[in-house]
Order: sequence, then structure tokens, then C-alpha cells
Amino acid sequence: MQLTGAEIVIRCLQEEGVDYVFGYPGGAVLNIYDELFKQDKVKHVLVRHEQGAVHAADGYSRSSQKVGVALVTSGPGVTNAVTGIATAYMDSIPLVMLTGQVPTHAIGQDAFQECDTVGITRPCVKHNFLVKDVNDLALTIKKAFYLATTGRPGPVLVDIPKDVTQAKAEFSYPKTVSLRSYNPVTRGHTGQIKKAVQLLLEAKRPMVYAGGGVVLNNAAPQLTRLVRLLGFPCTNTLMGLGGFPGTDPQFTGMLGMHGTYESNMAMQHCDVLLAVGARFDDRVIGDPANYLRTDRKIIHIDIDPSSISKRVKVDVPIVGYVGDVLDEMLKLIESSGQRPDAAALKSWWSEIKEWQRKDCLNYDRKSALIKPQFVIEKLYEITGGDAFVTSDVGQHQMWAAQYYKFDKPRRWINSGGLGTMGFGLPAAMGVQLVNPGATVACVTGEASIQMCIQELSTCKQYHLPIKIVNLNNRYMGMVRQWQQFFYGNRYAESYMDALPDFVKLAEAYGHTGVKVEKPGDVEGALKDAFKQKERLVFLDFITDQTENVFPMVPGGKGLTEMILAEEL
Amino acid sequence: MRHILSILVENEAGALSRISGLFSARGYNIESLTVAPTEDATMSRMTIVTVGSDDVIEQITKQLNKLVEVVKVIDLSDGNHIERELMLVKVRAAGKDRDEMKRLAEIFRGSILDVTDKSYTIELTGTGSKLDAFLQAIEPGVILETVRTGASGIGRGERILRI
Ligand SMILES: Cc1cc2nc3c(=O)[nH]c(=O)nc-3n(C[C@H](O)[C@H](O)[C@H](O)COP(=O)(O)OP(=O)(O)OC[C@H]3O[C@@H](n4cnc5c(N)ncnc54)[C@H](O)[C@@H]3O)c2cc1C
Ligand SMILES: Cc1ncc(C[n+]2csc(CCOP(=O)(O)OP(=O)(O)O)c2C)c(N)n1
Ligand SMILES: [Mg+2]
Repeated sequence: MQLTGAEIVIRCLQEEGVDYVFGYPGGAVLNIYDELFKQDKVKHVLVRHEQGAVHAADGYSRSSQKVGVALVTSGPGVTNAVTGIATAYMDSIPLVMLTGQVPTHAIGQDAFQECDTVGITRPCVKHNFLVKDVNDLALTIKKAFYLATTGRPGPVLVDIPKDVTQAKAEFSYPKTVSLRSYNPVTRGHTGQIKKAVQLLLEAKRPMVYAGGGVVLNNAAPQLTRLVRLLGFPCTNTLMGLGGFPGTDPQFTGMLGMHGTYESNMAMQHCDVLLAVGARFDDRVIGDPANYLRTDRKIIHIDIDPSSISKRVKVDVPIVGYVGDVLDEMLKLIESSGQRPDAAALKSWWSEIKEWQRKDCLNYDRKSALIKPQFVIEKLYEITGGDAFVTSDVGQHQMWAAQYYKFDKPRRWINSGGLGTMGFGLPAAMGVQLVNPGATVACVTGEASIQMCIQELSTCKQYHLPIKIVNLNNRYMGMVRQWQQFFYGNRYAESYMDALPDFVKLAEAYGHTGVKVEKPGDVEGALKDAFKQKERLVFLDFITDQTENVFPMVPGGKGLTEMILAEEL
Repeated sequence: MRHILSILVENEAGALSRISGLFSARGYNIESLTVAPTEDATMSRMTIVTVGSDDVIEQITKQLNKLVEVVKVIDLSDGNHIERELMLVKVRAAGKDRDEMKRLAEIFRGSILDVTDKSYTIELTGTGSKLDAFLQAIEPGVILETVRTGASGIGRGERILRI
């Protein structure tokens, strides 16, 4: 049967089992919107800004392992979406972006709402397509879903000119697709895996460093089994939190710029490092030269060869899906009957416990002001450690990462690679939609929340009972912290003046707002809020303005050159 | 170190800008880039001459392979290979210089493609350094115009790049 391009788009989404599309209409996508209107399998969520659409699709994907889909119009619709696309790209999140384009005959004419979408988004997508012929549309959308989800995941964009949505073609949705130029290696090399296992079994001071790849690949169970079987210490990157249980005694906390003292020390001083789906980011190991000053063997499992030996040369590279590689390692270890050197491990653990005695996440629990860390600890208690927590970017993000102990993957939803302020609230919408009934908290700051505050309106429309935890320090705290440490206390433009009354603002959007000013009121306010299962509650915590995030490795320094709270 | 990369890429609109964009975005060098379709019209072959340490070249190769439209990448400089570049050069050739210029072109196995009473247009092929040598051999003042294609390369013997 002949279908229009717009009908084909919707049929493709149905075939892919897409239940939600996040979007915003406009001229170039009106045909597609008209077809959306005529069916009810694919539900549309109308955001208030295209950035929000992409972050929502992103949060939807991160919390569910499904592909997020967003639909925006040409020109300004696309340019507004770019921040969201780049955010997803940096964290390897599988999205399919459908964008409207001016009609094919108008391309290149500086037409109304024309922009070079493929050109603008090229550096921040895994791949993109411009569909010039309606006969290619279904196959292209199939390819987009395939590319987004296989190998190293990422956003894929399909740009569809308006005339293509009108033109007709025979529709059939391909069951499978293959591209001769795209064949990611998925199975790790057995010889390399054997070598890795040997190294692990011989290690005296081992360390497991696991990142976002574990979460993306749903390999938390395998990682957990391996770490427990070996009795090794394990740390997670910011993106890997929940990939290993945060409450497990073998977990040493996050590592990196704001990682724990013990994780960073163990990362530096280990003799064998197992890196799993993590990319030796500059926020993690600081200066690579400094990191390499200590001698150690590194095993690195990653699906993307370009992640391996990019910043740090490794000894045993293993390209493949982490889950499969870990499975193979487990089999080898279990069947070998060998176990690591218990005595060596014991003395390594006692060294680690010595580092843990620094109690690097301690803070003033008796303060008369609300300490942001305290709010997160209470949030953890009251939600039973089982909430989905999204966050924005800044100090509050780091505190959420440090003090909320994630036992499960896909519960911690944040922008790590791009560090996008404005991510938290729209991401929470996606999380809530794909996890109806679940507890969803958005930990944010008074600066970040204002970057996508308009989405409060979307939350109202779709009855999304998100709990917003605003750690309001009246500063761009993370910026202020750097200015305090490295710019002689010159707080250039990091003060948030003329803040709105967040309570009234929440109310204006039809939600509940609560301002909390005393430490004694924190627990009660959180409890009350989380009892309201049907409503969005905006909790505005007026926190200690001067609080800083510790430990801190200053930019470009070595991992062990941490500034600790007690040293100031 | 100078490296010469050969790339098979889907002959699709945008593939070239993806590749050149990769080099500029990641701060890699391009000394020259040539591209044209192969005997199989669905594919183009590109030759990129770049400089970088082994680590950088390793990253370039991995990043190129990551591009969805790139079918295959090899570093020709890893083994024996042949490298050729084409240059067209227009030189002033009048009076007593005229014979001298013709002799020089012959020495370099060039051919004169176009002649006026004041100029020659000479075609030369060879490695980049041979072309450089020619330009150095003639007086800079007589060069009116040069145009070079950049290097194309192919493996020697049984070394073949195809899918
Ligand atoms: C204010 C701020 C402060 C920060 N401070 C810190 C900090 O202190 N500590 C910290 O850790 N981070 C910090 N970050 C985050 C940091 O910028 C990086 O985003 C993060 O460290 C990267 O995490 P990752 O190495 O796990 O890699 P990710 O970006 O999660 O990448 C995942 C890796 O896994 C691979 N992969 C994906 N899927 C698979 C699969 N199926 N199989 C195998 N491999 C796969 C990918 O190829 C990639 O190499 C901070 C960010 C901000 C905004
Ligand atoms: C879109 C964007 N612009 C600028 C920055 C730089 N930046 C990082 S943290 C930060 C301040 C965040 O302030 P706030 O949301 O109040 O969080 P706090 O650090 O105070 O907890 C800024 C401006 C960014 N990450 N994203
Ligand atoms: Mg703030």
C-alpha cells in the first residue's frame, strides 16, 4: 500500500515499539503531527522548549534502556535541540532525532526556517541522514534505530524535508538491516581475556574501575558477581554509579575530581587495574602523565576501540561488549579453581581501610544552616535509596553523587560529559513517564533549574509528580568554588541575584512549592513531599552558601593531590 | 612522523565533510587530501597525508573507522607503497630561459602541455619531494602559478585495499 512520508514515519515508530515521542511542532513537521494526531499507539509529549524534548527523551532512555525519540521542526527547532543532542552524544545515549527540513527544492535557498541540520549536528551525533526520497525513508529510520543502539550507543538524527513527508511510497519496514561500512566488534578476543584473567589472579593490589559502559550495557549483575568473586575493591565513575551497588562493602565510592580519598588513592596505587566501560576522562584521572608515574598493568574493556589507549596506554585492551566479556572472565575464573592471593589482598584492603579512616565525606552535621549534604542524606533515607535521581550541573550534582548510594543501575541520571545545566527537570519527565508510579527526584540548583524551568508546565500537563530538590545557595556554587580556590575569592558573576520566589513560581505553574530554611525542617519537608504521590512538589532548600565540594583534585593535577575539607 | 592513510568510504553526500570535520574537530593535521570514486561507483577512495606521533595516528585511524560511512582504513606507511602526486606549473619561458626550462622539464620527466611565446605549462608527477625538487631547481621568479593534487598512494605488490 502507498503511504505518505508522514504516515511512514509514524508506522516506523510503531514498528519500533516506540510509546513516547517528545517534541514540539512547527511548519516543517506539520504533516507528521497530523499523522500523530490520527493514531494513539505512539503518544506525544509536548514540551515547552526543544532542549527539553531531547533531555526528556534522554532521561527516558537512561532510565529504561529503550531508545529515546524526539521530534522537532526545522531551523530554530533544531538549533534549540542541539544542546540536548550534544548532551546525549557525550554520554553515549541512544536517541533517534526526527527533524523537519524545508522542502528539497528549497534547500540551499536560505528558505524560511532553513538551517543546515546535518552540518550543524554532524559533530555531536553518532550519525545523521538527510532523506531526499520518500522511498528511502523507512530504511533510513530502521538504520537510525540500529545505529543508535548497537556498538557504542549514541544519538542518530534523521532530517526529513517537508515534501518527503507528503510524497507517497510503498511501505514495508525492514526486519533487519546491515551496513557494510559498520561492523562494531562485539565479542572480546579470547586470548586477551585469558591474559586479563591471569593478571587479575596474580594481582597484589587490584582495583576495579567501572564506568557508564556497564550501565549502558546492563552489565551490573556480571560486574557485581566478578568483583565479589575476586574480593577486589571497586570504584565507579560519575556515569557508572549504580553499576556496582553503592552500599556494598567492596565499593569505595566514586573516584575522580570529586571522588573519595580512598578511591583515588587506590586508583593511583594499584598494581593491576581493571577498567570496564570507562574512558579515563580528565575529570577522573586528572593529568595522565601523573597517573602513569606509578607502575601498574591496565586491562581495559570497551566497545569503542577509540576509547582505548586514548589518554592512557593500556596493557591488555579488550574490545567488546562489557557484559559478554565479563561473562567470559567469570567462566574462566570459576573453572580455573584459582583465586587471588588472599594474604596480599588482605594487606591491600587494610591499606584501603586506612585511607577510609580519613572519612573524606564528613561534614559539619551540627551546623545551624542547612548543609546540602544533609539534604541528600535525608533524601536517601526517605526514599529508601530506591528513587530515580536526576540532577543538573554544579555542586548539588556532586553532592547527590557522593551522598546518595545507588544500589541499582539506571537510577542516577545526570549529564556527565557535556555537563549541561538545565538537564535535570526535563530528564526527570522522561524518567517519570517511562517509570510511572516510581519515585523521581530532581536534585538541582537555583541557577540550573532556571535553564529549563518552563518544563514545569509540561509536568503539569502530563501529571508528572516529580519532586524537585533545589539546593539553593544563591550562588553558581561550582563556579564560586573555583573562584574561591583559584581566583583569589573574586566572585565574578557567580552570584545569583534577583532570584524568583520558587514557591510562588511552582504555584503559578499549578504545583506545590515549599521553602525550607532550617535543618530541623528538612526531614519533615521531604517526608511530606514524597507522600504526595500525585503532585509535583518544588522543595526550595536554603542552604549554607559557603559550602564546598570535597575532596577536590584541582584541574590538571594528579589524582592524589586532593584538597580535603579538613585542610582548609 | 608523516603518514599516508588510504580510506575506502561510501560514496555518499556528506562523507567528505564528516572526514574533514573529524580532522578539524580533533585538531589533527591534514597535509593533503585527495578523493575520487573507485571502479565500484558506490565507493570513493581517499588518500590523506597527515603528521603525528604514533599515538595520534592510532587515534586518527580509530576515529576514522568509527565513522559510519568509512568502510576501511589502512596506513600505507606501515609497509611498502607507491606514492604519486600530480603538479601543473606555469612558468615564464622567454628568450634564453626557454631552452633551459624545456631541458629541466625533461630531466624531471615532465611534459609541456601548453605553450605561449612567454610561458610553458608543465605537467609533472612524482613523489611530493620530487615536485618540491623541481620547484627548487627553477628560479622562484619564473613561477607564475602552481597547482598540486596532493598525494595518492597504493600498496606495493600483493598489498590490496578493497572490501
Ligand atoms: C561538574 C562535574 C564534575 C565531574 N566530576 C567527576 C568526578 O569527580 N568523577 C567522575 O568520575 N566524573 C566526573 N564528571 C563526569 C566526567 O566529565 C565524565 O562524564 C565521566 O567521568 C565519564 O564517565 P565514564 O568514564 O564512565 O565514561 P562514559 O562517558 O559513561 O562512557 C562510557 C564508556 O563505555 C563504553 N561503552 C559504552 N557502551 C558499552 C558497551 N556496551 N560495552 C563496552 N563498553 C561500552 C564507551 O565506549 C565509553 O568509553 C564530572 C562532570 C561534571 C559536569
Ligand atoms: C549550560 C551551562 N552553562 C554554564 C555552565 C558552567 N557551570 C557549571 S556549574 C555552574 C553553576 C551551577 O549553579 P547552580 O545550578 O546553582 O548549582 P550549584 O553549583 O550552586 O549547586 C555553571 C555556571 C554549565 N555547566 N552549563
Ligand atoms: Mg547554586
